[in-house]
Amino acid sequence: MTEPGAVTESLVVPRTGTAVIETRGLTKRYRGGQLAVDGLDLSVPDGSVFGFLGPNGSGKTTTIRMLMGLIAPTSGTARVLGNPMPGAARTVLPQVGTLIEGPALYAFLTGRDNLVRYDSADPTADPRTRHARVAAALDRVGLAAAAGKKAKAYSLGMKQRLGLAAALLQPRRLLVLDEPTNGLDPQGMREIRTLVRELAADGTTVFLSSHLLDEIEQVCTHAAVMARGRLITQGPVADLAAGTRGRLAVTTPDPADAARILKEHGVTGVTVDGDRVTAEPPPREVELADLSGALVHGGVRVRSFGVERASLEDAFVALTGEGFDVAG
Amino acid sequence: MSQAEVAPVRAGRSRSPLWTFGILRSELATTLRRGRTLALLGVLAAVPVLIGIAVRIQTSDGSPAGPPDGGGPAFLSQVTNNGLFLVFAALAVTLPVFLPLTVGVVAGDAIAGEASAGTLRYLLVAPAGRTRLLLTKYTATLAFCLTATLVVAVSALAVGALLFPVGEVTTISGTRIGVGEGLLRAGLIAVTVAASLIGFAALGLFISTLAGSGIAAMAATVGVLITVQILDTIPQLSGIHPYLFPHYWLSFADLLRDPVYWDEIVKNLGLQGLYAAVFGSAAWARFAAKDITA
Repeated sequence: MTEPGAVTESLVVPRTGTAVIETRGLTKRYRGGQLAVDGLDLSVPDGSVFGFLGPNGSGKTTTIRMLMGLIAPTSGTARVLGNPMPGAARTVLPQVGTLIEGPALYAFLTGRDNLVRYDSADPTADPRTRHARVAAALDRVGLAAAAGKKAKAYSLGMKQRLGLAAALLQPRRLLVLDEPTNGLDPQGMREIRTLVRELAADGTTVFLSSHLLDEIEQVCTHAAVMARGRLITQGPVADLAAGTRGRLAVTTPDPADAARILKEHGVTGVTVDGDRVTAEPPPREVELADLSGALVHGGVRVRSFGVERASLEDAFVALTGEGFDVAG
Repeated sequence: MSQAEVAPVRAGRSRSPLWTFGILRSELATTLRRGRTLALLGVLAAVPVLIGIAVRIQTSDGSPAGPPDGGGPAFLSQVTNNGLFLVFAALAVTLPVFLPLTVGVVAGDAIAGEASAGTLRYLLVAPAGRTRLLLTKYTATLAFCLTATLVVAVSALAVGALLFPVGEVTTISGTRIGVGEGLLRAGLIAVTVAASLIGFAALGLFISTLAGSGIAAMAATVGVLITVQILDTIPQLSGIHPYLFPHYWLSFADLLRDPVYWDEIVKNLGLQGLYAAVFGSAAWARFAAKDITA
């Protein structure tokens, strides 16, 4: 992220940084004037499982559509696998498996024939191995038994699996999965997570968009957070959560006294909720043990005391200052 | 992600240029497996059957087919003498309405139908390539034009041979040609009729790149067809008639003259080529730059 000039000039040879997806000031304003994506600088490291996080309507799907060459950016550039999109779509996309905004199928074709159709659309796909690859992809998502059924008879979860199978028809360097667990039951969600981990272990970079925070926390190594079309933050998941300070939490039957004593020791943001007192964690120079000692000295009976680790959800709320379910 | 890692994927697999036609094969197979396509072809096949039976019933008392003044659809009055004329009569009946109607459904749905089903985005990220996909869709539509015309012709030939005698053909010029020559002319006429739909197919494809839903595109395409047909009948607009795509459609009858009168047939084919070039370019310009948000 240092030399913007070099990016637009080098067409094939990427810089030494190993970003599988890299955008600079990527912006999309729809014809109605609505700014869907605003100056996005995204960098997805090679080999990562990258969580792309944000409430519905925050611009995730528009970003993915620009990365896949379906939508032309209003301004800014996007590079996928080192090549500019949408210009290099023909060389880039055969190496990318995609699930965008849910599966789309030909209802009158069988599951198998749907995959044959999508595979035929790829001029780099070898027709001699087509049926073997289709069978392998169906097997991988657990649809081998239903391969001969017409897609209109599929449940939502089966359609989602078939969409995933289409993304796995060829060995891919990058998988872009937009809300891959939509419509799946908890068992199906677990299977998809396992599948994502397997693929990542094989060296495939997985770009996973979701509005489910725990999903991102469970499978992703890196994450980016979007809200209202803007990138709020990005980085390793551990850093994102760490960047948000946790909360000092005290559970006690004497919450009023506890709150008073904490305030006397310079702790800010003290709130009382039943027998739970929470506050901003004290500055580094304050020893936590001194605080707990002060509480006990003041006659406060302490059930539990400590700083709670921030979750990604806390990080998100802290970053956006709003609840996660708000559509931007 | 050095160039060394990118390069093997491009050059490593021994890729055949023929693979690029996989999508055309898939498109043809998909079109033919759609229940709607089969229903359209079924309707087209039924038209000659209806005409043949009607003529057979009407003439069973020995009276000639059609009004005595020679009105009604072209060639109808000759059907009783020669079953081969049912081919010409059936094509003359279906060309103004039924054939373009079915082509309008297939062409109008080509892009818009994939878009509203969401399958368009997956074809494009496969990556089908926008120009390649559009060319595939147009080729498949033209293949449908030919198939639809042949379905009418073959059905008419079968019904005609079954219900009426087949023999030497009297041309419009009054000369007589043998059955073999007559069949050859029938085949040529079927191909000419199919070629008459080239321009309209391109128009339908263009509308398909504009519309958001398959139904809207089909309705708009058929609406344009009807409007243009009406314009073609208003004498005050005779100045624009030579530029309307259906204007020379019925010129295929000139293939039954001896010698064949080519003038209007050539004009027709030229006009179809012009429409294909104009609306094909417009469809490409629209589709290549379109944001695919469905």
